[in-house]
Amino acid sequence: MKKIILSSILLFAGLTVQAQDDSHSSETGKKLPSVKLVDMEGNAVNTAELGFNGPVVISFWATWCSPCKRELNTINDLYTDWQDETGVNLVAVSIDDEKTKNSVPVYVNGKGWDYLVLMDPNGDFKRAMGVNNVPHTFLVNTNGEIVYSHNNYAPGDEDKLYQEILKLTGK
Amino acid sequence: MTNKLLALSLVFSPFLWSQENNANAPSVTGNMESTFQYLNEDTLIGANRPASVGLLNSYMNVFYRQGGFKAGLRMESYLPRIQGYPNNFDGTGLGMRYIGYENDFVDITLGNFYEQFGTGLSLRAYEDRALGYDTALDGARIIIRPAKGLKFKGVYGRNRYQFVEGRVKGSDGIVRGFDGELHFNEAFSEMSSFPLDISIGGSLVSKYQVDNNEEYVLPENVASYGGRMKLRYKRFTLEGEYMHKDNDPSIDNGYIYNSGHAAVFNFGYSQKGLGILISGKSVDNFSFRSDRTQQLQNLLINYLPAMNKTHTYNLVASLYPYATQPVGEIAYQAEVLYTIKKGSKLGGKYGTSVNANYSVALRPMQHKSGFDPMDSSRVMYKGKLFDSSDSLYWQDINVSISRKFNPKFNLILSYYNISLNNDVAKITTDAHGIIRSNIGVLEMGYKIDKKHSIRAEVQGLLTRKDKGDWATAVIEYTIAPGLFFSVMDQYNFGNPNPDLKLHYLIGTFGYVRDATRLTLSYGRQRAGLFCVGGVCRFVPASNGLTLNFTQSF
Repeated sequence: MKKIILSSILLFAGLTVQAQDDSHSSETGKKLPSVKLVDMEGNAVNTAELGFNGPVVISFWATWCSPCKRELNTINDLYTDWQDETGVNLVAVSIDDEKTKNSVPVYVNGKGWDYLVLMDPNGDFKRAMGVNNVPHTFLVNTNGEIVYSHNNYAPGDEDKLYQEILKLTGK
Repeated sequence: MTNKLLALSLVFSPFLWSQENNANAPSVTGNMESTFQYLNEDTLIGANRPASVGLLNSYMNVFYRQGGFKAGLRMESYLPRIQGYPNNFDGTGLGMRYIGYENDFVDITLGNFYEQFGTGLSLRAYEDRALGYDTALDGARIIIRPAKGLKFKGVYGRNRYQFVEGRVKGSDGIVRGFDGELHFNEAFSEMSSFPLDISIGGSLVSKYQVDNNEEYVLPENVASYGGRMKLRYKRFTLEGEYMHKDNDPSIDNGYIYNSGHAAVFNFGYSQKGLGILISGKSVDNFSFRSDRTQQLQNLLINYLPAMNKTHTYNLVASLYPYATQPVGEIAYQAEVLYTIKKGSKLGGKYGTSVNANYSVALRPMQHKSGFDPMDSSRVMYKGKLFDSSDSLYWQDINVSISRKFNPKFNLILSYYNISLNNDVAKITTDAHGIIRSNIGVLEMGYKIDKKHSIRAEVQGLLTRKDKGDWATAVIEYTIAPGLFFSVMDQYNFGNPNPDLKLHYLIGTFGYVRDATRLTLSYGRQRAGLFCVGGVCRFVPASNGLTLNFTQSF
């Protein structure tokens, strides 16, 4: 009997404090998971330690995904202005697997992108972020919390994304 | 019962202490996808109405992280599975589960995991839910990072084979693997600013399967091993991987006792505005499965992708795609992407991109002299690295030019010349030998205003064999950020049989709100890659209604 009371108290206490933390985290957003990837040069990068000051846009794409390329090419034209105004950085995570992985630097350099490009050939980061299909774009604040998540790309979506970035920088 | 309750409360009580430290706050992520089909009978295109009329595929992943502790699971449901999904899926149940722990030095997982060694020639356990491909390993994995730039992996497990009556069934064979990788410039501080960047790696993968064969004495343990290297110097990169496989008689190779090899190399050059890639692949007798009696896409331990460009336009991707030959092939690919500078005469105001790509696959030479197919060794020939014959399996020459004319209007013009050896890579029963096709595609995008835009594609395919010429037209109207409508018609106007000059007409409607997406499409569909309203998926032939729902959380 004592055991039952003791364990019920512990369980209840644990869950109540947990519940309080849930409401706190739903206000501030979910933390960016830590997955070890490499960049295009083969250097190890931990997704939870990107080392940027300011908001970060994480965009999942692939060389075979036309809407992804449309989105990232459109933002590329606006990137300098976006960075000047908000200090945002964009990380383009390629989910190309070994079949098309080697075309990634060809495309990124051929198009002259200025983004940090990370390679996720076996879908580890894609799984950890709960991504179903590409394109999928996230916005992460300076505390490493995900504040915006959007699947799909239609011309004009980058304006909505920019509104969200401006909200973060308080402008 | 009380002990269970005590144990449960002890599990939750760490939460009492973890609140202050935000880094250890628990996080739950996941995703869900559900596809429903209501199908009609359409004998002209080979679409059948299933007995249940309606079909449903669903799955949901949930991943839990707290500090170093991680756990995850996937529930799946197929009642019954949708058209074209492989017949390994049936019922509702737990499809994937694992627990693990990770810090900067060690990463351990028990249960299901996905993994890749090097370029995947020796081992790749992965999932592609749209294809119905899942070879998750079920066992144990350990990853150790003893120093910066140095990594070791060890895996042990059975591949996922089927999901019947809501239960996962694993492979007959057990897979063991070990992989090591060293990035010199990260590991040795003296080399951190060395102009040549060097990485090396090696792997050993072995499978064990009991010999139940009455005709032959089969090796129960079969090993595959080899090494890889990656070099980078200023704007150049060169990488290569070579794997050897011991004798592995299987249903794929006709139970011969030859050893096999798989090798791949990639050479690249890139600078701002220009990217170049040259690749080569040599594969001989390298089908490596965790069950030697399996075929098609079942229980592959490694990954040998086709060495060609992944196309996305309807006629280019869905009519004559090429699949890697398990018995062997020699392939090469070259690709260039060049952007003509913006502001220049040829480039126009925004610049113009030109992308050219070439790929070819050939049958390897099998030197049979000196080998007696009737002797007891059952070693049938000698295969050499990059030793190709003249027999063509596949060739693809393509060019694509894209240009933005003003903030509202952009255009992409593409041309493809594709040759597919239908005797080898059987795509159709209506042709023999090599099928050659010429394809042209014009894609236009027009931004009406801030939220409204329209996109159109006109495609034409000309061929003398098989079903003759085709034309496809696509119109897509999107209202940012949440709505899209599209209509596509694929018309076989050149079919030699006038009764089979069919239209494959399909309409799609989609609604997206942040991480939730719902699409509804109705019409006829040939098998292939279907890209509309922002996303690309592989789809089988069907006639009817398809509803797809995805959610990330």
